[in-house]
Amino acid sequence: MDENLRRDIILDNYQNPRNKEIVLDKRYIKVNSNNESCIDNIDIYVLIEDDILKDIKFSGEACAISTSSTSIMIQNLIGKSVSESKMYIENFENMVQELAYDNNLLNEALVYSEIYKQGNRKNCALLPYIGLKKAIKQYEKN
Amino acid sequence: MNREDFPMLNQDIIYFDNGATTLKPKCVIDKTVEYYEKYGANAHRGDYDISYKVDQEYENVRGLVKKFINAKYLEEIIFTAGSTESLNLVARGFFEPLLEVGDEVLITKSEHASNVLPWFYLANTKGVKVNYIPLDDNHYVTLENVKKAITPNTKVISLAYITNVIGDIRPIKEIAEFAHKNNIFLVVDGAQSIGHLKTDVQDLDVDFLTFSAHKMCGPTGVGVLYGKKELLENVEPLILGGGMNESFDNENEIYYKDLPTRLEAGTPNIAGVIAFGKAIEYLEAIGIDKIADYEKKLRKYLIDKLISIPFIDIINIESDSGIVSFNVTDIFSQDVAYYLNKYNVCVRAGNHCAKILKNEVGVKNTLRISLYFYNTYEEIDELIDLLSNKEKILEEML
Repeated sequence: MDENLRRDIILDNYQNPRNKEIVLDKRYIKVNSNNESCIDNIDIYVLIEDDILKDIKFSGEACAISTSSTSIMIQNLIGKSVSESKMYIENFENMVQELAYDNNLLNEALVYSEIYKQGNRKNCALLPYIGLKKAIKQYEKN
Repeated sequence: MNREDFPMLNQDIIYFDNGATTLKPKCVIDKTVEYYEKYGANAHRGDYDISYKVDQEYENVRGLVKKFINAKYLEEIIFTAGSTESLNLVARGFFEPLLEVGDEVLITKSEHASNVLPWFYLANTKGVKVNYIPLDDNHYVTLENVKKAITPNTKVISLAYITNVIGDIRPIKEIAEFAHKNNIFLVVDGAQSIGHLKTDVQDLDVDFLTFSAHKMCGPTGVGVLYGKKELLENVEPLILGGGMNESFDNENEIYYKDLPTRLEAGTPNIAGVIAFGKAIEYLEAIGIDKIADYEKKLRKYLIDKLISIPFIDIINIESDSGIVSFNVTDIFSQDVAYYLNKYNVCVRAGNHCAKILKNEVGVKNTLRISLYFYNTYEEIDELIDLLSNKEKILEEML
């Protein structure tokens, strides 16, 4: 991917994050996403009905990579089924960890395809996925 | 000053994270190696020459610490793993048996987690109440506000001498005098002050003082708990085992040793303690007052330049220590830290373990520069140069 395009997409999603709002609606599963090594801390709200991720929102304070990664993840997954989402998550994680992945599935999230070169930022890109996985687990448990 | 003493500075870095830990001079590193290479036996045995040598070296450091903080007795110096352990030992070993339901502990919202969580623990287990001394407009503690905050139930005031985000120097001597008139104990967390400010425990008249070696050019994993002898006598050991017992036959016949050994169970960090002694000698040779004076000048130089950058918000413009906390408007602190890292400038981003401070200053995360005597005006110039161009930060932070 072109370096400038990559930067533009990340900065755009950082400075104008999509779906960023606090949700009080009790139908949403609310989970916290944080990791020990950094100060990012976001809440993710997921509305899952009939195995479809009908809506996702997030709130909180995080760095450019975490915020943009969350914004992009949410846009890619709204409307997807639980199993499609799991596939997406697995592909994204594989990409960040330098394992084999299907790049047809990830759309704009491909901007993080070279994040592994900055070891200390891998966790930033992965941050929203920690929360999303928790939310899906909660949904499946119920 | 003295940059040539620090092997870490041979690489191309600008190290501004001295509040987290300081760099170690070669003499401290060499002393660690000397122990392992020349007399690497256990302490407190003394049955053979090298073991006797270990004892001498180890106990010699107790004397150096005593002199460094002007304690009255050798037994007032307890070696721990660091300031965190020392504060836990005071809270759990001394105050837990002493305090009762409804007794109050006074801290502030700018304390480090280590001076908050042990007290919260007592709040949850003993029904002790944790109250906060209000901070003034500069987020400082004043004697007036201490006076306002105490009640007849206040039993302990526990404060950092210098806080790790705001960097204010607390009027400890005045607070101690006032506290003691009201039968209140004073615990002082010296982690951020010990290597930067002359500390005389008798002059300050503090009841307990805690600090870490690694924040004063010493090794990690070593700290000190100082306590007035008559108080330390009543500190219950939290760790039981070898070294600290005199004899035991069954659960009813257990005899512990006297201070300080009673509170130093297990094989201590011998190499660390011995090397810590070298760090004390090293700092004393330079002179703590000289260090404090230089840091003050460096800080003023940094603040004067930072102020001139319109998109930088400084949290603590006024402050006499070497700590400066700030933010670049609309950019997350961690992103700025990553940007600076690309130029090998090491700064800290985050809440700096002062998680309740956000309620006070209204800002959750900051960038923190913490200076030490080996930092230079030229390093500050480089930092300012990097921070002066917001477009460049946005461009390169990813």
